[in-house]
Amino acid sequence: MTTTTIIAEPGHGRLAHGRGADGPAPTRTVVAYGFWIFLLSDFVMFSGLFATYAVLSGHTAGGPTGRELFNLQNVFIETACLLFSSYTAGLGALSAERAEVGRFYIFSLFTFVLGAAFLFIEISEFAGMVAKGAGPSRSAFLSAFFTLVGMHGAHVTSGLLWFVYMIAQVAAKGLRPHVLRRLLCFSLFWHALDIIWVGVLTLVYLMGVV
Amino acid sequence: MLGRLTWDAIPFDQPIPLVTSAVVLIIIFSVLVLITVKGWVPYLWREWITSVDHKRIGVMYVLLGLVMLLRGFADAIMMRSQQALAIGDSQGYLPPDHYDQIFSAHGSIMIFFVAMPFVIGMMNFVVPLQLGVRDVAFPVLNSVSFWLTASGALLINVSLFIGNFARTGWMNYPPLSELAFSPDVGVDYYLWSLQISGVGTLMAGINMVTTILKLRAPGMIYFRMPVFCWTALASNMLIIAAFPVLTATFVMLLLDRYVGMHFFTNDGGGSAMMYVNLFWVWGHPEVYILVLPAFGIYSEVAATFSGKPLFGYRSMVLATLGICVLSFMVWLHHFFTMGAGADVNAFFGIMSMIIAVPTGVKVFNWLFTMFHGRVVFKPPILWMIGFMVTFVIGGMTGVLLAVPPVDFIVHNSTFLVAHFHNVIIGGVVFAIMAGYNYWFPKAFGFTLHEGLGKASFWCWFVGFYLAFMPLYMLGLMGMTRRLQHIPDPSWRPLLLVAELGAVVIFIGILCQIAQLVVSIRTRESRRDLTGDPWDGRTLEWATASPPPAYNFAVLPEVETIDAFWEMKQTGRRAAEPPYQDIEMPRNDPIGFITAFFAVVLGFAAIWHIWWIVILGFIAIVITALVFGWSENREQEISAEEVALMERARLDAGRTA
Repeated sequence: MTTTTIIAEPGHGRLAHGRGADGPAPTRTVVAYGFWIFLLSDFVMFSGLFATYAVLSGHTAGGPTGRELFNLQNVFIETACLLFSSYTAGLGALSAERAEVGRFYIFSLFTFVLGAAFLFIEISEFAGMVAKGAGPSRSAFLSAFFTLVGMHGAHVTSGLLWFVYMIAQVAAKGLRPHVLRRLLCFSLFWHALDIIWVGVLTLVYLMGVV
Repeated sequence: MLGRLTWDAIPFDQPIPLVTSAVVLIIIFSVLVLITVKGWVPYLWREWITSVDHKRIGVMYVLLGLVMLLRGFADAIMMRSQQALAIGDSQGYLPPDHYDQIFSAHGSIMIFFVAMPFVIGMMNFVVPLQLGVRDVAFPVLNSVSFWLTASGALLINVSLFIGNFARTGWMNYPPLSELAFSPDVGVDYYLWSLQISGVGTLMAGINMVTTILKLRAPGMIYFRMPVFCWTALASNMLIIAAFPVLTATFVMLLLDRYVGMHFFTNDGGGSAMMYVNLFWVWGHPEVYILVLPAFGIYSEVAATFSGKPLFGYRSMVLATLGICVLSFMVWLHHFFTMGAGADVNAFFGIMSMIIAVPTGVKVFNWLFTMFHGRVVFKPPILWMIGFMVTFVIGGMTGVLLAVPPVDFIVHNSTFLVAHFHNVIIGGVVFAIMAGYNYWFPKAFGFTLHEGLGKASFWCWFVGFYLAFMPLYMLGLMGMTRRLQHIPDPSWRPLLLVAELGAVVIFIGILCQIAQLVVSIRTRESRRDLTGDPWDGRTLEWATASPPPAYNFAVLPEVETIDAFWEMKQTGRRAAEPPYQDIEMPRNDPIGFITAFFAVVLGFAAIWHIWWIVILGFIAIVITALVFGWSENREQEISAEEVALMERARLDAGRTA
């Protein structure tokens, strides 16, 4: 074998755009794409919990059923809070892209308050159930309920903490490219939690009460 | 203050674990002393521990796999010896409690800490080079992934010395793994070490998929990617789709054990079969997570050492993706005896047989690749030929097991044990050895000793048949798996043959160690200065051995499959390209720091030392927050530096 250095003249053998022929993608695309795949994996994790809930939802071991425990009015308010927080998060992300810091802060405040309200309602629901003797160790159904809904709640909690941290970064550093990239990931995360919640609402609450 | 941890946790009354851990501790301590005395700590910290270079991380993964292979093999030879001794009146040398821990540890270690690190390490090292790029998508995350895997490995080994390991088998089925039947720390060691390493594996999968889909050299459309990259893509997509299920399942079992929930318990409406289903929804894809990259390695080796392009590139890709999808539709064949009924069993039986079709396509592709080629019998292709013979046998016993009525007879017998060792050793381990011999010169710049490599192959090959063919027969004779004592003396001859096989494999491992030592000592005479010792076809051979930190001074332009081969044939190379500044990620200790706190947290959780659990968790969050604030994680290598390095390499290559 002789020496081999392979460097072709640039522009040689170019293909049409969109077929992955242009070389490595820009950082923003790579980061958002990787985070999006992470969200997919998170969905898969939730699907394991959903499947378990579907199997165990009838296993009440003589304890209370979903029909006795769930209060759809509360759930409706909860859902409205979360979905509206996603809407304001979307408006905030648009403001950030347009470098309108003031509007970004206002929409962020709405997002945070609505998210926190969701969390407050969920925690009071949990506390009420535990007080009634319907805690997670009462039956397989309640184990599955608290784990599935609680896992979503844990995601919302970490999302809120992350959001505060991101707002601090915006305040300290301004809307620089790497801050915008992280905000983009946060938006994806926050919207993904809506999708999970729609599943929870349908499978757990609506189907649990009918 | 220290939860469940007392002096009773140390097995003073059991000589085997006590002496083993003493020896291991002495070795670790002497290595640490040696490193400190020789002043190697700064070098190791700078060049390896904090490195975010995908090549270094890949090498460390493989090293972890090698070390854990020794541990897993020690378990194996202890089990074989026990079964060869404890027949009839004799009780052997391992009490049931210890024997049960050994077979559980053997399975868990071999799958999670030998096969996985080897396969992920090879993908980590090779894929960016084959794609013609400079690193993976998220280099720092890559380091975190590796160190979390290493943390899991550390925790599982700590169980040898402090406390004990699970006695539940490597699948850790409830209700046996529930608190009611396994109240001590064994199952918790299993759960926490696999949870921690599982997070690492998931992040490695996300990283690799993003790399393959978003970072490729100019001109490398999907259908120009080397087959190893395709199999790596399929394998990592499976990681993303399967590992979260395992995480969720283990979370549920942890909640059962730690806060008294009722997912899989006998009481409270729990369903143990739910665990078994969820476990294998992960477990069957896991088989393909391991074996698809193995198929990729064989494809590279077959083409390179036959001097021909791979036969049926597109059919190979389609077969890989077909297996990727089908792998999620066969999980129930691991427990036909659950009693799901004839219809369900028939569906999963047929699906399991169908999955043999794309695998068969691959075997024919490799055969036709070698057909009319000028096959050069170097160690990698020996492993590949050994694989084809062995794997076809394993595949056929697999199709037998896929027939539900047959499965009812041989379920949980040593026939099953022989089958899955047949496909995992014959499929995955042989590929790892082939890949190790094939890519070693790329990683270190010198080739491995050929004679010892061949000796190692023959020992493994012969030893495998001696060790596992008797188990097929014993299984058909009615021997179930995991027996600590053998009641029927007529099984003795076959068990002795199996023991002999384990010894022959051990000689094979010794040959590998000797191969490594001899090759390092004679490295000056076996330098690879061309960067292309095997007359390779793909882009990893287009750069130096070992490659510079930036892999390619200028990203190669790809026009065909087997891009490097085409470049060599057409002589397409510029005299000297205009070098540019290269931006590379800076070293980062966050992986090591996170893993350190993960070990602390895991250990404290196993022993119920809650205040350390809280501190460990806070420490991990703070680490993440500090990292999440940072920016400018890159450093520049100037064009002049690049030019200097490249010229030095070209001069060295010319004189070779």
